[in-house]
Amino acid sequence: MARNREALLLLLDVGPSMHSVLPQVENLCSMLVQKKLIYGKNDEVGIILFGTEDTSNDLTNEVGGYEHVVVLRNIKVVDGDIVEAFKQLPRGTVAGDFVDAIVVGLDMLIKKYRETNKGKKRMCLITDAVCPIKDPYEGTKEEQVSTIAVQIAAHGIRMENIVVRRSSCENAKKRIIDENENLLNLFSEKSSSKIVYVDNPTSLLGALKTRNIAPVTIFRGDLELGQKMKIKVWVYKKTAEEKFPMLKKYSDKAPPTDKFATHEVKVDYEYRSVEDPSKVVPPEQRIKGYRYGPQVVPISSAEWEAVKFKPEKSLKLLGFTDSSNILRRYYMKDVNLFIAEPGNTRAMLAVSALARAMKEVNKVAILRCVWRQGQQSVVIGVLTPNLSEKHNIPDSFYFNVLPFIEDVREFHFPSFRNYPMSWQPNEQQQEAADNLVKMLDLAPSGKGESLQPEFTPNPVLECFYHHLELKSKDADAAVPPLDETLKKITECDTELLADSKSVINAFHRHFELKENPKLKKSTRRFLWEKPFGSDREDADGDASDAESIQDFVAMISRRDNPEWVGKAIEDMKKKIFELVKSHEGDNYLKAVDFLAALRKGCILEQEPKQFNDFLRSLFKFCQEENIDQLRELLVSKQLSLIPKSEAVDSDATDNEAGHFLTRRVPKDV
Amino acid sequence: MELDPDDVFRDDEDDPENELFQERESTKEYVVYLVDASPKMFSTSSSAEDQKNESHFHIVVSCIAQSLKSQIINRSYDEVAICFFNTREKKNKQDLNGVFVYTVAERDSLDRPTARFIKEFDRIDESFANDIGSQYGIVSGSHENTIYNALWVAQGLLRKGSAKTADKRILLFTNEDDPFGSIKGAAKTDMTRTTLQRAKDAQDLGISIELLPLNRPGEEFRDLIGLEGGDLALFMPSAGQKLEDMKDQMRKRMFTKRIVKRISFMIASGLSIELNSYALIRPTVPGVTTWLDSVTNRPLKTERLFICADTGALMQEPPKRFQSYKNENIIFSSAELSEIKRVSTGDLRLLGFKPLSCLKDYHNLRPSTFLFPSDKEVVGSTRIFIALHRSMLRLQRYAVAFYGNPSNPHLVALVAQDEIIINGGQLEPPGMHMIYLPYSDDIRNIEEFHSSTDVVPRATDDQVKKAAAMMKRIYLKDFSVCQFANPALQRHYAVLQALALEEDEMPDINDETLPDEEGMARPAVVKAIEEFKLSVYGEDYDEESESAGNGKVSEASKKRKAIAENAVKESANYNWADLADNGKLKDLTVQELKYYLSAHGLPLTGKKETLISRILTHMGK
Repeated sequence: MARNREALLLLLDVGPSMHSVLPQVENLCSMLVQKKLIYGKNDEVGIILFGTEDTSNDLTNEVGGYEHVVVLRNIKVVDGDIVEAFKQLPRGTVAGDFVDAIVVGLDMLIKKYRETNKGKKRMCLITDAVCPIKDPYEGTKEEQVSTIAVQIAAHGIRMENIVVRRSSCENAKKRIIDENENLLNLFSEKSSSKIVYVDNPTSLLGALKTRNIAPVTIFRGDLELGQKMKIKVWVYKKTAEEKFPMLKKYSDKAPPTDKFATHEVKVDYEYRSVEDPSKVVPPEQRIKGYRYGPQVVPISSAEWEAVKFKPEKSLKLLGFTDSSNILRRYYMKDVNLFIAEPGNTRAMLAVSALARAMKEVNKVAILRCVWRQGQQSVVIGVLTPNLSEKHNIPDSFYFNVLPFIEDVREFHFPSFRNYPMSWQPNEQQQEAADNLVKMLDLAPSGKGESLQPEFTPNPVLECFYHHLELKSKDADAAVPPLDETLKKITECDTELLADSKSVINAFHRHFELKENPKLKKSTRRFLWEKPFGSDREDADGDASDAESIQDFVAMISRRDNPEWVGKAIEDMKKKIFELVKSHEGDNYLKAVDFLAALRKGCILEQEPKQFNDFLRSLFKFCQEENIDQLRELLVSKQLSLIPKSEAVDSDATDNEAGHFLTRRVPKDV
Repeated sequence: MELDPDDVFRDDEDDPENELFQERESTKEYVVYLVDASPKMFSTSSSAEDQKNESHFHIVVSCIAQSLKSQIINRSYDEVAICFFNTREKKNKQDLNGVFVYTVAERDSLDRPTARFIKEFDRIDESFANDIGSQYGIVSGSHENTIYNALWVAQGLLRKGSAKTADKRILLFTNEDDPFGSIKGAAKTDMTRTTLQRAKDAQDLGISIELLPLNRPGEEFRDLIGLEGGDLALFMPSAGQKLEDMKDQMRKRMFTKRIVKRISFMIASGLSIELNSYALIRPTVPGVTTWLDSVTNRPLKTERLFICADTGALMQEPPKRFQSYKNENIIFSSAELSEIKRVSTGDLRLLGFKPLSCLKDYHNLRPSTFLFPSDKEVVGSTRIFIALHRSMLRLQRYAVAFYGNPSNPHLVALVAQDEIIINGGQLEPPGMHMIYLPYSDDIRNIEEFHSSTDVVPRATDDQVKKAAAMMKRIYLKDFSVCQFANPALQRHYAVLQALALEEDEMPDINDETLPDEEGMARPAVVKAIEEFKLSVYGEDYDEESESAGNGKVSEASKKRKAIAENAVKESANYNWADLADNGKLKDLTVQELKYYLSAHGLPLTGKKETLISRILTHMGK
């Protein structure tokens, strides 16, 4: 039995009010389990659903009650089946009672582990908390929750409650939500549990830490304030970048019949003389050469050991300075957290006093740090206060590394003030910019902040794990595109764009961009530069398609000459027609992508007739040539004529556009 | 750059991907420092009292010496030449009067800086009068034109290498804005004309000439015979500033700005502006080491061999990677992997704005990147940038954007920075800093890790007051972020310099990062600390014993401590020096040997012989 295995119980609300976010819940949980399959193979996971039609749990059988709670999977070691389970969670039909689910979960954990596995037991509740909690048989709800919380704490179970919040609520529901939140707060007061509120599907994906990391201190010891005073502190990493998984090199040399082949590749190093490449030098005959300008100085490791810089392990305070002296941009690395030694109340007091004083007088501390004995360098950094708002969490500091002289390149840049008038914005332009900065707001008051780093998943890793799962089913599966929820991280939210459309349009109107006419054609690459530049080696078919679309978008939005619009549309039409004419299935997909881009462009440029006429003629062609596949694709993508509602100049009514795709189906079949 | 399989030099602390965001060495740079050595440069008569008696010549020379040293650390592939004009002696290929090209043995005139070059140039102040000498070259009556000669020599030096692969520059240091002042009439116009023509010729060859004027208080430095054209006004240091600042400004201008990448910033669909990104802050690490043959000291080439673990066959670097998942090997091609990382088109996409208070201190992963607009290809970019920059500053907001860099796509914050000018020098350039934001799984909830249901202690108002009083005492008023040199790096290069010159004496490096012990020991400071200590710790507080707290200190560490203490006690029972001298160490048991090792904090691993040799090494035998 592995020592570090974790037992996790997922309590998922699948009641009707949760249906809209269940896809994200499924994604979040399968991500969590997938990472466990790779990094925590011994971890155990169980799933409890509540708000279901059915009832299936031990407590019902033993004592009755606890309806609509289903144990989907008992606690056991993670495997592929559990990922399957998250492909499609059953949609529930009744309002879920999360207290019931917690009791069922608690019962399962206690029965399975008794007193063992302390501190590694975790329950994770995902709910929207809009359904009323049943009254207990005796006592109040608060008393019931308190009793449960005490049990949870006694068994060393950690709890995470993720509450999905919605902005629009009727008053009646508001009261229930308030009551439920009160109950949840009671949990966090009485046991080590925390509550996380998420406002949108994207942050739900990041609400749960899918990576399980046991925090390790990088330093334990004294923070020295002069020679007279020391404070016992522990230092942890607060942020650390989760790297793309290290994939192993694959060898296909083993015969396909060999079932036990590891397919691994070993990397070995050989050292050869530069002058005489046939001469191999054994590793122990090497010596390190250190560069000094053009010279290379050979120094043996023993020699180097004797002369190298060897600072003593210590944390020393250099002094305090105004926080305005330390600009945010100087932070060099990932961030550390300084906490007082756990259990040492006086150290906590000292840290708390310093942190609060720093906050009050706007000062920060400058430290010199050597984390480990034998470390070859020192670090200069800044401590900033991190005051805790919770009564059970002590105050602490954040620590950021600052640069040395050698790390800074001080370049001189021209002042904006010295620029010619033609480069300066005028009053109207400035106002347009002000409005854009105000309106394109990611943290509107009254609504939650979106794209908070704490709740934003890494889209690349999401994509990787998704693809990994697909590939385990089908080795040739294509890389999946980002879904709508993840797209909100890489592209501007369409809702936000729609809300601030007028501001963006005004911004467009006030500013003009054009390419520099003085530049020679050959050097003029930037504006029409391909999306990923030349550093992409695999110039495959897809790439050039993306480029074609990019080129089209760039050309059609050029403002220096109205003729560009016409030219862009004509070029695109030609390309689409070529693809369709080729009668190859793959090309139809591309053609549809191009059509989508063309349609968008024509709407933006108020040229609906160009598109509609083209689509009609294309359809005619398809009918003559019996290319049904293309039409099916268009139906699936909802690519129809541009109706009046989308472009005023259109000659097609909404009705016509709606039926256009399906109109001729009966004739064909 | 060679691959180093066991890169022991690197600290664990260092990010393995450091090299990725180091500045890319795309082009080489050839620089000629052209230093006026006329007597006027040596005059120290300064009017302001706060200025040290430092001559302009000295300022220039020390600036160059400093930049040579940082060049060794950062850009040792660049080549430099130092050339004085208005000198008594002459030394140059063209054999022109009044021009002296300075170099040392085993080094070309224009070459990479070597250890000897740096060391000797450091002492140029002492040797200059004897070996080179200062003398006005342009005097009425003679037809010598030393500026002309100097430019010619510099141009000759820069004939090396093609203008395409190298950046060629001449930096001209002088405090004379009217070099032909002593000459009258037609001779003067003639000299001006020929000098300008020479400068123009050089520029036509792709050499840029930059003028670094040194002005005296109260005097305005006029455009030197129209050498530099329009840009000068932008950089002209204002009159009357302190010498220190002048040095600073000069240092900043001696580096060329290198653009890391050109980025297109998409503000809305169809509206993309052009930005240049610069790496203003990047960790500088000691240079790469190479492997040499210890017998011949000749360089070695490292070759990677790929061996199939199943068959033992040698193979090419495999194009495919795999991840084991659900007891299966899932294979990815490199095309698939790069497609996964390609989550976004376009370089930098605006997502929206947030108030600055949303950017927390722990939202950081790596050094920031500086963004500055350019109208080079997309006219109008600068105007949009300035407008947004102003709005963001005024409304106290930062932009959130997605940077779709194919190697490492990231969510970033763009923080506008206003220009800060102090004493006529630019302290902070105007522009935006791109800060890489962490994702949800990059942030750890350490605060909650030790939380319990107990109420934790909070400082009282009085304790906070005492802490604030102490802060006032230990106050670094003029702290600037990069005032310290990295002692590890300084030591590294000082040692290398000494070893390269085969000196026996190892240089001593002053570690500037140590706290100011003297200042900390001032009575007022000590008193403030004592008061704070008393207020939070109380009367009788023993930091060591308190650390045991409520017995939470782990059993393992207690045990370790007990073993160490025991070892010290036991170890005292042996006469180690005697045992070692008589070769009796081998008669002891491993257990006994370990007493010595743990008492002296040495590693306990290895066979008996290893332990004995470790003890002997430690004793210095």
